[in-house]
Amino acid sequence: MKDKSDNKIRATDITDEPVYLKRRHFLQLAGITTAGAAFAAIPGRSAADVKPLKTISSKYSTSQKPNSYKDIASYNNYYEFGLEKDDPARYAKSLITDPWSVKISGECDKPGNYNLEDILKPHPLEERIYRLRCVEAWSMVIPWVGFPLGDLLKRFQPNSKAKYVSFTTLNDPVQMPGVGRRVLAWPYHEGLTIAEAMNPLAIIAVGLYGKTLPNQNGAPLRLIVPWKYGFKSIKSIVEISFTRKRPQTSWALSAPREYGFYANVNPQVDHPRWSQARERLIGNGLFVAKQPTLVFNGYADQVAHLYSGLNLRKNF
Amino acid sequence: MQNIRLLKTLVFAACLIPFVLLGLAAFNLAGQSLGANPIEELLHQLGLWGLRFLLFTLAITPLRQLSGKTWLLQLRRMLGLFSFFYILLHFLSYAILDQGLSYIAIIEDIVERPYITLGMIALLMLIPLAISSTNGWMRRLGRRWKKLHQLVYVIAILGVWHFFWQVKLDTREPLIYAGILSVLLGYRLWLKFSKTRQAATKS
Repeated sequence: MKDKSDNKIRATDITDEPVYLKRRHFLQLAGITTAGAAFAAIPGRSAADVKPLKTISSKYSTSQKPNSYKDIASYNNYYEFGLEKDDPARYAKSLITDPWSVKISGECDKPGNYNLEDILKPHPLEERIYRLRCVEAWSMVIPWVGFPLGDLLKRFQPNSKAKYVSFTTLNDPVQMPGVGRRVLAWPYHEGLTIAEAMNPLAIIAVGLYGKTLPNQNGAPLRLIVPWKYGFKSIKSIVEISFTRKRPQTSWALSAPREYGFYANVNPQVDHPRWSQARERLIGNGLFVAKQPTLVFNGYADQVAHLYSGLNLRKNF
Repeated sequence: MQNIRLLKTLVFAACLIPFVLLGLAAFNLAGQSLGANPIEELLHQLGLWGLRFLLFTLAITPLRQLSGKTWLLQLRRMLGLFSFFYILLHFLSYAILDQGLSYIAIIEDIVERPYITLGMIALLMLIPLAISSTNGWMRRLGRRWKKLHQLVYVIAILGVWHFFWQVKLDTREPLIYAGILSVLLGYRLWLKFSKTRQAATKS
């Protein structure tokens, strides 16, 4: 796997390492404290529901200060639980995440139904502090816990016909009050090219702030592709399929002029109805200006090569 | 007379409630909060209240005609001015808090984003109406005052349209506003139509 980023990232890591580690340790402590304090205030998930996870740090983490647990777990787009930002935190407690299984299908040698433990077992968990940029022009910094998506996909031995990977979210009207309304094509589905899926930045996240994911953040496992708009990072995955053709995706189906398959963060390509040049960092309160949005959400060094020769304005 | 004064004072106080609550929420006081994205929430709420007061204003004439209560007319100017007040705050919080007074960004927004263009036109049209709302201007403009203030119909349509184009996916709420506005404007059209027909049959 080509990884243009190594040098650049390592350079800053080495310079800052002692400081970085100290800060990381501090942040972890602070994070756990913040999280603990926040649980009481967040409906939908009690402290007993999320379990601590053992993690190792990652060179891919940003050194930016993460958002509070409260912000991350109470300001969500998860339309299966309602359209308002606070709906998922309120209603996602009805989601049953144990037992959970993921169906692997399509162009691979080891399809089948895998239960969650089998999916997760071989993978050491990393903490990945990533920027998240929503297509609605707001952003957060989130300390995910997860492992590289590529490592998982390789276990199912995709064959040479596998050009794309598609992902599907659970679609259960009993557990998910929002799917009663056809605002999107349910089940929610998303997709990546196989090269995107194998990029080391793409992860399967199972936790947040050193604990298992709260339901409203996509428990028990979700995709994180930090260089793309948030809606690509599909939640509560029940199926992963290797396909020959580009899979259809829920948002592109509902509004093809506004949401494309790639959905790479790009300040130069505006949404038809609003600018993508700048973003509001959540947690800054009322009096801090928007900040400039970065190409590929600041991950260009790691992912720009995936799109060489591609017209990013047309393939938005 | 005494009663009208009391009524006006009470309505004035009631019209200020959203402003006071949003003010408290902006500084996280008295258990009020604007949530994780306070600027967006503030913008949204101020715009909604502006639109609501616009619809309240437009409801006065039909309500008066249907109920025969002429004192309702005494409230119309105040409601209209409160609509202007909330819409102006909506614009100011957009320009100052959301855009950080970057006039390049604001002009770009107005030119490039149709929903902002609509909102801006509606605000500009509201300004002469707010200025000419005084008794003095009513007298000076005479019959033209009524003509000028019929702009409010266009403004209300632009306002609802601005709301409709701004939402990401769920158009239910703007459609409710569109429905209420259709009733308010439809009533006037129906009235005008039946009056003309009456006049025609009489002559």
